[in-house]
Amino acid sequence: MTTHANELAVDVRGLRKQYGDVTAVDGIDLGIRRGEVFGLLGPNGAGKSTTVEILQGNRGRDAGEVSVLGADPATGTRAWRSRVGIVWQDESAPAELTVDETVRHFARYYPRPRDPEEVIGLVGLEAKAGSRIKALSGGQRRRLDVALGVIGGPELLLLDEPTTGFDPAARRQFWDLIRKLADEGTTILLTTHYLEEAEALAHRLAVVARGRVVAEGEPAALRERFGTEATVEWTEADGTTRRERTDTPTRTVAELTRRFDGEIPGLSVTRPTLEDVYLRLTGQENAR
Amino acid sequence: MTLTTVRVRGEASSVRLPGAWGLGLRRGALEIKQFFRQRDQVVFTFAFPVVFLFLFASIFKDDVRGAGITASQLYVPAMMAAGIMSTSFQSLGISIAIERDEKVLRRLRGTPMPPAAYFLGKIWLVLVTGLMETAILLVVGTSLYDVKLPSDPAKWADFAWIFVLGLTACALLGIAISSVPKSGKSATSVVVLPFLVLQFISGVYIAIDTIPDWMLNIGALFPLKWMCQGLRGVFLPESAKVLEQAGGWEFGRIALVLGAWCVGGLLLCLLTFRWKNRRDG
Repeated sequence: MTTHANELAVDVRGLRKQYGDVTAVDGIDLGIRRGEVFGLLGPNGAGKSTTVEILQGNRGRDAGEVSVLGADPATGTRAWRSRVGIVWQDESAPAELTVDETVRHFARYYPRPRDPEEVIGLVGLEAKAGSRIKALSGGQRRRLDVALGVIGGPELLLLDEPTTGFDPAARRQFWDLIRKLADEGTTILLTTHYLEEAEALAHRLAVVARGRVVAEGEPAALRERFGTEATVEWTEADGTTRRERTDTPTRTVAELTRRFDGEIPGLSVTRPTLEDVYLRLTGQENAR
Repeated sequence: MTLTTVRVRGEASSVRLPGAWGLGLRRGALEIKQFFRQRDQVVFTFAFPVVFLFLFASIFKDDVRGAGITASQLYVPAMMAAGIMSTSFQSLGISIAIERDEKVLRRLRGTPMPPAAYFLGKIWLVLVTGLMETAILLVVGTSLYDVKLPSDPAKWADFAWIFVLGLTACALLGIAISSVPKSGKSATSVVVLPFLVLQFISGVYIAIDTIPDWMLNIGALFPLKWMCQGLRGVFLPESAKVLEQAGGWEFGRIALVLGAWCVGGLLLCLLTFRWKNRRDG
């Protein structure tokens, strides 16, 4: 029993994975503390899913050190699997069984499962407990996926793009569910390409692009660090639009005021949103 | 916070994981439940060999020269063997390929379920469906085509081991072939073609004394020929022995071949079974 208070739930160093000529993960480092909700944010194809699959023990790696709950997922034992909950990106539950039957059955796989009824309630499927899975809506199936992910009472929950394809209301409900789990003390790693989702849920997040971590920290700190730079825009006398990025927009405006001797034509001062920061970091700036 | 973590970890490591045998039983119950809830699948799985028995045994019904039986009688054990192979080899080959494609297998792999529990569940499923299929064919065979149930308990014992060994060998081969199709969509064609060919060269559709020897020798490499032969030995009179390639039932050799296929099939499964689609790496 040599558990340390600051032992990381997930500790990844120099992770690399290549598919043929394509480098999906190009040297990722991650440190996720126990009890934290960590967001892995990035555009499609950034390497998020590959990273999570490696952490699940469902994909091999080419290089790097990976420790999940103190073990290497590549050689994960049954005991280790019972401590990690997985919510997949694509749904895959037996269509002919009911919600209740499925959750109860999966509970049997674990040494110390949660109460199936309680878990069905937790994901808000009480009213559907007796329904066949094939009769559930997409959002309800996703909730069932989460129920199956947490039925074993995992210490770590890995969620790969859990809300893709949700309508806004369903997404909000799902966020409440994740917060509930986090409040219970479950460590959660969540990948998403929705910035607002990472901001709403994650204590800390890493922005991933082209297989690398390009920024890491608390959402507010990221905004602060990359968001202090304002853009001052104005129109010159010859009609051309000028744009200047600066940390001191007031001084820029004062200089312009002096130069134009009064009103500055077409003046605007904008601070980047977190979205701007994200798009700049992931090199998608021009995609807008 | 720290204290909580330590406590949870301590308990988790001291608790025993559920065993494969018990979970296999539970998976079997679940598989059977799922199977019978798909009504169209149930009807067609069971009807297929019955329809074929009806067609063949009604078209070919003349006396077989010197064997003391009719062609119809010959088709009853043949279709029983084919029925055992269809409920095990064909249905597992197709359904596991689809489960792999739909990521049902990948999800199971993400839980602490022991892999053996999955295979045991499948074996329970085919035991139940195989027994039902055999019983239906036996009822049709005895009531319509004059096949006599053996009164000698030793014959029933022979039937029991032929059924269990044949079903197990075919089930394992079905699990193995499920890894061949690239997707669930192509599974049916990949699994049905070899099954169909085997039925022609193992004495299911065509009487054993009509098939060219070289074809029969290829058929003899696989379990179906021996299952047909064994079931003929159980349900046909001794006078029918003359039709056999070796002039006898060869129960010893049947046990040997089917047993070898059980072992070989198991090895094949262990070596080739994939929890994920090829696309998924």
